[in-house]
Amino acid sequence: MNEIPISHILFVSTALFFIGMYGLFTRRNMITMLMAIELILNSVNINFVVFNKYLYPDKLDGIFFTIFIIAIAAAEAAVAIAIIINLYRNHQSIDVEEAEEMKF
Amino acid sequence: MNYSQYILLIPLLPLAGFLVLGLFGKSYFNKSAGIIGTLFLLVAAILSLYTAYNYFFIDGKVNGVYQSIIPFKYTWLSFSENISIDMGFVLDPISVMMLVVVTFVSLMVHIFSLWYMKGEERFSTYYAFLGLFTFSMLGLVISTNIFQIYMFWELVGVSSYLLIGFYYDKPSAVAASKKAFIVTRFADLAFLIGILILGFQAETLDFGTLIQRLTDIQSSQFIGITTASFFGVSLLTWALTLVFIGGAGKSAMLPLHIWLPDAMEGPTPVSALIHAATMVVAGVYLVARLFPVFHINQASLHIVTFVGVASALFAAIIACTQTDIKRVLAYSTMSQIGYMMFSLGISGIGGENGLGYTASLFHLFTHAFFKSLLFLAAGAVIHLVHSNELKDMGGLKRYMPVTHIVFLVACLAISGIFPFAGFFSKEEILLASYESNKIVYAIALFTSGLTAFYMFRLYFSIFWNKQKDLHSHHGEGNMSMKIPLWILAVCTCTAGFISFGKYVSADGKELASHFHILFSIVPVTVSLLGILLAMLLYKKENGKPQAISNSLGGLYKTAYHKFYIDEVYLFITKKIIFNLVGRPAAWIDKNIIDGIMNGIAGVTASISSAIKGIQSGKVQSYALYFFAGIIAMAIVFVYLWK
Repeated sequence: MNEIPISHILFVSTALFFIGMYGLFTRRNMITMLMAIELILNSVNINFVVFNKYLYPDKLDGIFFTIFIIAIAAAEAAVAIAIIINLYRNHQSIDVEEAEEMKF
Repeated sequence: MNYSQYILLIPLLPLAGFLVLGLFGKSYFNKSAGIIGTLFLLVAAILSLYTAYNYFFIDGKVNGVYQSIIPFKYTWLSFSENISIDMGFVLDPISVMMLVVVTFVSLMVHIFSLWYMKGEERFSTYYAFLGLFTFSMLGLVISTNIFQIYMFWELVGVSSYLLIGFYYDKPSAVAASKKAFIVTRFADLAFLIGILILGFQAETLDFGTLIQRLTDIQSSQFIGITTASFFGVSLLTWALTLVFIGGAGKSAMLPLHIWLPDAMEGPTPVSALIHAATMVVAGVYLVARLFPVFHINQASLHIVTFVGVASALFAAIIACTQTDIKRVLAYSTMSQIGYMMFSLGISGIGGENGLGYTASLFHLFTHAFFKSLLFLAAGAVIHLVHSNELKDMGGLKRYMPVTHIVFLVACLAISGIFPFAGFFSKEEILLASYESNKIVYAIALFTSGLTAFYMFRLYFSIFWNKQKDLHSHHGEGNMSMKIPLWILAVCTCTAGFISFGKYVSADGKELASHFHILFSIVPVTVSLLGILLAMLLYKKENGKPQAISNSLGGLYKTAYHKFYIDEVYLFITKKIIFNLVGRPAAWIDKNIIDGIMNGIAGVTASISSAIKGIQSGKVQSYALYFFAGIIAMAIVFVYLWK
């Protein structure tokens, strides 16, 4: 069992992406939405790692990108949680449906 | 003598007065504004007299002909090599004469106003406006360029507007100022078109060059302007007629005179300055300035004659029936300007033929003195009686001896009785018309009788007739009111003895004064008859004037209503122009122009309200649109974009 076909892995990453997408659009809780975004980012990470491994096994560019994305995702989570806390202070809720003042 | 050292001060001093009083008058010199304005003008008047002395007696003449000297000229706006608008200062007999008249009469009015306008709330504004007017009028008479004259012409119109509407809380004054402005603006439009035709065809706007080119029948410009025609009339005739319409508007000639009687709503000294002595003669001045060109085109000169004679007679008839003293004086001004106009119209150039020209300007000169005297005296009367109506006056000679005497002097002058100024100038006009056109002479003679009649009607009704009880006994006035009256009265007595033809003539050469005792008998007799008639009717209170006006019936009524000219204007504007042009234009504006604009706005609004639902404020739907967009773009770029 030395080789897993690339299509399997791409299937996993695509599934992960669309699960994340689905969660982003259907959840009303902002924390859950944040988690869905993490799923999307991780599906991208998998893609990077896989393509790096299969196309350029001698290089590390894809891996580096993955690490960057993990770092950025951490920062993003911090910012997002700050936003969520502020939202909670204003609305006593973290339901995105409640926060719709910025409309026509 | 170097004129350029001081000459510019003459117009600039009144302008300085205007700026100082206009900007700082209200806050700093509300009390002393009169003195300041008068001092500025005093210096300007002295400089003008000095200039006149230098010009006429020292260096104006070369080989017996008065030259036109241009001590200052500045190209202000240059359109092409030939055509430019210049700001210049020309000295020739008529402009120097006008400089003296304008500054002198203006100075008298300034002094008189010290008394007349005392205690007015807008005292400094009044003097500022007087300064502006004097500046513009001086700028007008010294113009070297036909466009310069036009600009000052408009400035004069503006200052007249401001001064007529000086009592802006009085609706009639506001209406009068608007009327004056609008009527003269219409005339000025014609003037502007005339200027453009002349400038285009003569390829210059400079007076000297223009006159030189258009009087030389060999020049290409002259051939061009006379051969080109419009509706079968040569362009030169058109241009000159249009210029004359401009002049007729300012000078209140038929049928553009309707603003002048209403302009009497302004303060009386203003009427003396603007609507009697200076501004209204601007039209005469303009025709005189372009006289060589007018002379070469007899058709336009005939129009001048006809309009002048008609205005003189027409205004004199109306003046006999009016009861407001200032209106009588206004119509008399119009009549006298009619004299000046037709005198120019019948004149020729050179030697004896140029008598009409000299006579016209001589009459302008003398008229300035006695008409401003009449107005100032009327101002004094109005100040005492607090009314313009003749029926409120009577027996005033006891209360105001000085005014009585100067008014009598001025009335004698305007009636043309020896030895007052009007006699000499009017005799010359009558002589010139006798020599060139007998019909004009007959009308002028009749008008002169009418003039004597209505002036003495005024005189006897104010100072004699039945005694009226005066409620206010604040006396006649102080020195600043009496001095100008005396000075003007002295000028009225002596100005006629100046041998005017020596200084001002159509060709610059000397013209001997014309004075034939035999010829004078007829006009003087006619005038005396007029005076006698007025004396019989108005010296003592009696029922005769009423009886005569009753027996004249419709004729009297027509004249009393100024021949219904105002009504004709109102009919044309209100009934015809408003209904046929104004209302359809308003309809188009309201329904079509506004409709298009409202339609565009309405479509935009309905589209936006239809699609504003997209902006729901829901983050997730935005994200959905975003992803939908990316997917659409991915499909386009990956599969469809080959």
